[in-house]
Amino acid sequence: MMPTPPSPAAQPTGPTGNAWVPIPFTVVRRRREIPGTVTLWLAPPEGYPFAFRPGQFNMLYVFGVKEVPISISGDPGTPVPVAHTIRQVGMATQALVNLKPGDVVGVRGPFGSAWPLEHARGHDVVIVAGGIGLAPLRPAIYSLLRHRPQYGNVVLLYGARSPRELLYARELERWRGRFDMEVLVTVDRGDRTWHGHVGVVTTLFPQADVFFSPQNTIAFICGPEIMMRFTVRELLDRGVPPERIFVSLERNMHCGQGLCGHCQYGPFFICKDGPVFPYQKLATLFGIREI
Amino acid sequence: MRPDLSAMDTLPPSPGSTVAFEKTALDILIATLRQRGYTVVGPTVRDDAIVYDEIGGVTDLPIGYVDEQEAGTYRLRRWEKDTFFAYTVGPYAWKKFLYPPEERLWEVRRENGTLRFTEAPLPTEQYAFIGVRSCELAAIRIQDRIFTGGPYVDPRYQARRERLFILAVNCTRAGNTCFCASVGSGPQAEGPYDIALTELDEVFIAHVGSVLGGQILAEVPHRPATEEERAAAAERVQATARTMRRALDTTDLRDLLFNHQEHPHWEDVATRCLACTNCTLVCPTCFCFSVEDLTDLQGESAWRVRRWDSCFSQAFTYTAGRPARQSIASRYRQWLTHKLAGWVDQFGVLGCVGCGRCITWCPAQIDITEEVARLREQPPQTERSPS
Ligand SMILES: Cc1cc2nc3c(=O)[nH]c(=O)nc-3n(C[C@H](O)[C@H](O)[C@H](O)COP(=O)(O)OP(=O)(O)OC[C@H]3O[C@@H](n4cnc5c(N)ncnc54)[C@H](O)[C@@H]3O)c2cc1C
Ligand code: SF4
Ligand code: SF4
Ligand code: FES
Repeated sequence: MMPTPPSPAAQPTGPTGNAWVPIPFTVVRRRREIPGTVTLWLAPPEGYPFAFRPGQFNMLYVFGVKEVPISISGDPGTPVPVAHTIRQVGMATQALVNLKPGDVVGVRGPFGSAWPLEHARGHDVVIVAGGIGLAPLRPAIYSLLRHRPQYGNVVLLYGARSPRELLYARELERWRGRFDMEVLVTVDRGDRTWHGHVGVVTTLFPQADVFFSPQNTIAFICGPEIMMRFTVRELLDRGVPPERIFVSLERNMHCGQGLCGHCQYGPFFICKDGPVFPYQKLATLFGIREI
Repeated sequence: MRPDLSAMDTLPPSPGSTVAFEKTALDILIATLRQRGYTVVGPTVRDDAIVYDEIGGVTDLPIGYVDEQEAGTYRLRRWEKDTFFAYTVGPYAWKKFLYPPEERLWEVRRENGTLRFTEAPLPTEQYAFIGVRSCELAAIRIQDRIFTGGPYVDPRYQARRERLFILAVNCTRAGNTCFCASVGSGPQAEGPYDIALTELDEVFIAHVGSVLGGQILAEVPHRPATEEERAAAAERVQATARTMRRALDTTDLRDLLFNHQEHPHWEDVATRCLACTNCTLVCPTCFCFSVEDLTDLQGESAWRVRRWDSCFSQAFTYTAGRPARQSIASRYRQWLTHKLAGWVDQFGVLGCVGCGRCITWCPAQIDITEEVARLREQPPQTERSPS
């Protein structure tokens, strides 16, 4: 038996003390990923140290608009310029996806807990992502691949609504081509060009079962809450221990520091105690409506 | 026995000692604080309620007033005695000074193609609070943990808090909505304070809580308190505890709340609660806020303000296109569960100090002690406590 991992929040990376004032970062690169979703690379001011752990997020401020939490989607091995993949859903995200190289944004962070890669050593790693949920998992994938021999099998299950909405499609292809990683992709609704799997992400499990041994698996999940609930159930049913299932939660956030109260989820501040939690900690709260 | 106030000690009374001074001499104490640069804030009457505001001397205090509080009711009246502190707490807690309802956090200017962020100057106010009750001291201790006890420190709260002078007052009369005794936060003031007073008929009995408190008292004609006076002061405070009518049973409170998360009782509260946010605004421990970013008309500079917000507002939890807590039932559940359960995990203490404000100022007369009692009568539907 593995000992219960300590709270991922135990090893903070990022500011402490007064973390209110943003730092101006410059957009150095922009890539349109899929319709309405863009990756921005942001460079800190010269000499400003920036490092992060996979799963952490920054608060991004667009001048004159507002500030929103956005996960870091790049490689922790090359933390700057820092990559953010942003899906346009409202005012702030629209302003963010419209930024051009040379524009400046305010950055506070990184905040929050991380995917516990240190506990994944020696285990099969199952990563389940839905939609934009792949963005906060990508840094973990980069880390796993960089230290590939330390882990057992690595399996990625990814679901998007439609083929057009598959994020990082070229990278998915590259990962799929590797011999040391399994990549299973599905879409909720296919189209004429799509020859792959159709169905919600949990319908990939029967195919995925041969690639991991549940008793020895650690799982990282990020996507819509309902998708995470069903995924957790599939993993538990297969015998993955609850203390080795990790999910990343999302709530309204105004501070990132455990001060404003917006992101509370049961007794937790998602910004400070999360966003990455061992499912075991959430087990009694996870299914409660409007928690 | 007539107290002899001419026999002044020459040295300032030291922390831990107890002295007596004539009630009108409180004026000298206030004047001393003002001379030392403090903005002195204390209870005063405004719009038929006792509020905390800047005071110049004892004439601004609600001398001879008592309040009558019940669920959804607050009335102020005069009585036949010239008491200084016989009323209990009014609608506004001290948090409005240490953590103002609205304040600017930083400004930003567009400059040479980049953004220049400047933190708003740290507050310089130096407050002296006159008449802080024990429940309110407990609330200040709690907000200290919230704003200065974690990895992230709120510099604005900290700046005001560090310079704060506290004159506490032990309650000699319990309000009808008070229940501090049952939650262990009163009516006897516990630190941190500089001076704590107990009001007797003729004199104040002052317990010195800090070196600074002693120095301030040194300016006020005083003498050591007699054995009888100290006993009388203690008895008044004990009597306050004995006559307190409301109580919150804290036995296994955290698990009670977490194990009742899906209980139909929340729907019952929701038929009464208006989600008006009064309870969170008056509560001395509630700390939630929102930030808003504003821009000038030229679009050259912008700034961020934070404002008190409430878990009762629907917009509070907008996530992925809709409020996470849409129903009033879920919002009341969040408030009560946070106060009495989640808070313990987060800050190691209950989030309720038993001041009774949320009971008095609820237009729907919802009573936190009653709601907990109702929940206790009902079996939990699930084992839900997060470990
Ligand atoms: C830890 C964390 C990490 C995240 N990481 C990412 C990431 O990597 N990439 C990413 O794209 N997103 C991420 N998000 C989500 C992102 O923060 C939100 O999409 C963003 O805050 C939305 O802000 P907005 O101003 O664009 O939209 P908003 O204007 O807030 O609107 C969002 C949605 O809510 C609706 N809405 C807002 N206000 C109201 C209202 N008053 N009434 C009715 N409907 C309303 C809008 O119509 C819209 O559909 C993350 C969130 C968290 C908490
Ligand atoms: S409990 Fe009372 S005071 Fe609080 S929001 Fe509901 S109606 Fe308003
Ligand atoms: S919850 Fe009510 S009684 Fe408790 S501290 Fe807040 S306002 Fe006072
Ligand atoms: S975002 Fe403010 S407490 Fe979590």
